Amino acid sequence: MIELEHLSKTFSTSDGTIEALRDVSISIPDGDIFGIIGMSGAGKSTLVRCINMLEKPTAGRVVIDGVDLGSLSEKELRQVRRKVTMIFQSFNLLQQKTCLKNICFPLELAGVPRAKAKKRALELLEIVGLSEKAGSYPSQLSGGQQQRIAIARALATEPKVLLCDEATSALDPTTTHSILELIREVNEKTGITVVIITHQMSVVESICKHVAILEEGVVAEQGEVGEVFSRPKSSAARKLVYPEGDIDIAAQGNGRLIRVVFNGASATGRPLIARMAVEKGIEANISYAATRSIGEKIYGSMLLSVPQEQIAEAVDYLSQDSEVSVQEVSGE
Amino acid sequence: MIREWFLSESVQEALEIIRTQFAFAIWETLYATILSTLFAILIGLPLGILLVTGEKGGIRPLPKGVMSVLNTVINLLRSVPFLILMITVVPLTRLIVGTSVGTVASIVPLVIAAFPFIARLAESSLREVNPNIIEMAQSMGATPLQIVVKVMIPESVPSLISNASIAITTILGYTAMSGAIGGGGLGKIAINYGYYRYKYLIMIAAVILLILLVQIFQSVGTHLAIKTDKRLKNR
Repeated sequence: MIELEHLSKTFSTSDGTIEALRDVSISIPDGDIFGIIGMSGAGKSTLVRCINMLEKPTAGRVVIDGVDLGSLSEKELRQVRRKVTMIFQSFNLLQQKTCLKNICFPLELAGVPRAKAKKRALELLEIVGLSEKAGSYPSQLSGGQQQRIAIARALATEPKVLLCDEATSALDPTTTHSILELIREVNEKTGITVVIITHQMSVVESICKHVAILEEGVVAEQGEVGEVFSRPKSSAARKLVYPEGDIDIAAQGNGRLIRVVFNGASATGRPLIARMAVEKGIEANISYAATRSIGEKIYGSMLLSVPQEQIAEAVDYLSQDSEVSVQEVSGE
Repeated sequence: MIREWFLSESVQEALEIIRTQFAFAIWETLYATILSTLFAILIGLPLGILLVTGEKGGIRPLPKGVMSVLNTVINLLRSVPFLILMITVVPLTRLIVGTSVGTVASIVPLVIAAFPFIARLAESSLREVNPNIIEMAQSMGATPLQIVVKVMIPESVPSLISNASIAITTILGYTAMSGAIGGGGLGKIAINYGYYRYKYLIMIAAVILLILLVQIFQSVGTHLAIKTDKRLKNR
């Protein structure tokens, strides 16, 4: 359990002080995949660095499993950091070391004997599916492969929490998807708590259970992903759900809005909305759509206006595809 | 005058000196250069590390006063011309070596002249290490010492090697200069025979050898720097 209690962080610069975080309180249950989403400059990176105390909060407490990290000495904090590890946007692999050595690195820091560390590293290479790259250097790997190595490295010390700082922002959508799948798998297998910092709505939609929306250093809204995105209350949340801005939600007669998220659905050559019209006679009106197909798969989201009486049927129909998630959206 | 150099007599004499004295002179030059470089690295590298880790926002900040003393001393030593420095440290040289003349004695001023230079070179190499990688190490619970030993130095090895070859060639130049006041080696031969006794042929031979040594050190250094750099693909 990670509890962030009334966290504030101010930086003093030559142009005065900057309030990066203001009274942020979030609690993250064990085993959760928790998303923290916000535009750049919202304070996400500062927030995630407060969780492992790379940034010391100006006020408030960070409590992990009942331990207030602010009360720990530097030495004790270093112990905690073996259990709360991190992956980064720029992967941050040691450029002069092989992948195997990179994965051994945190074990080496912890004083694990070399042979034992190597054995563990080889296991992890297998988990991330890159056993054949043990002797390669990071420069010989693609971005996605480098992030896999970074994940393996972050898992080496068997942490309880994995912090992901924009871990997929430098990757293309297909690779993003596979990295998120890997994180999801690890979460399911080991029960590790995952905190994901991102500015990409699609990342939160595809793997997070809970989400907090951060705007100008303040938590605008938090809760279950489906809940937050289907009934966005704050303006920050509405901006994420309706990126185009002023969508007239009540526009379509007695219609109601549903939000359809395509998360890698193999929908090409299978016009989902048109078929729903043909098979079920549901005339959905597309109010907003931002989808793109990558390879054979579709990613993105759509807002459909569906007649009130057919809502349930439409949701059922669209939910058949496991890669499509559907929520009713209420405008307020 | 040029014709005089090549009169068979002077050529004979030059060849004789080259044959009898050059091998030892090369040995002395290499001895002074390599030993001075090693000692200077021993002092300069830790100082270079302190310059990076000790600054504000570094991984182990030191008091501001300590940092400005360190910086001032390094700048001061770097701004004294080598010949002047050599004369100034004669008492210290006597204290350490027992004499101020000879190859071994020349090592003392060479080290004093070179370590501040090496400290700056090391500083610039270590600064090239990506701060994100240092943050990564911190996020995994690395101590400042571990960050220096396991991250900063290994990550900057190619740059350190490349800067070490700059240092060694510069120190080689200094050893030649030290020949003017008691140091040994090729520099002494060039000055003693060429400058004091007008045996230009010998001087030219000594200078050509010095040039060759610089070339060898520099290309070996560059080669090693490239070879050790794992960031370069397709090797």
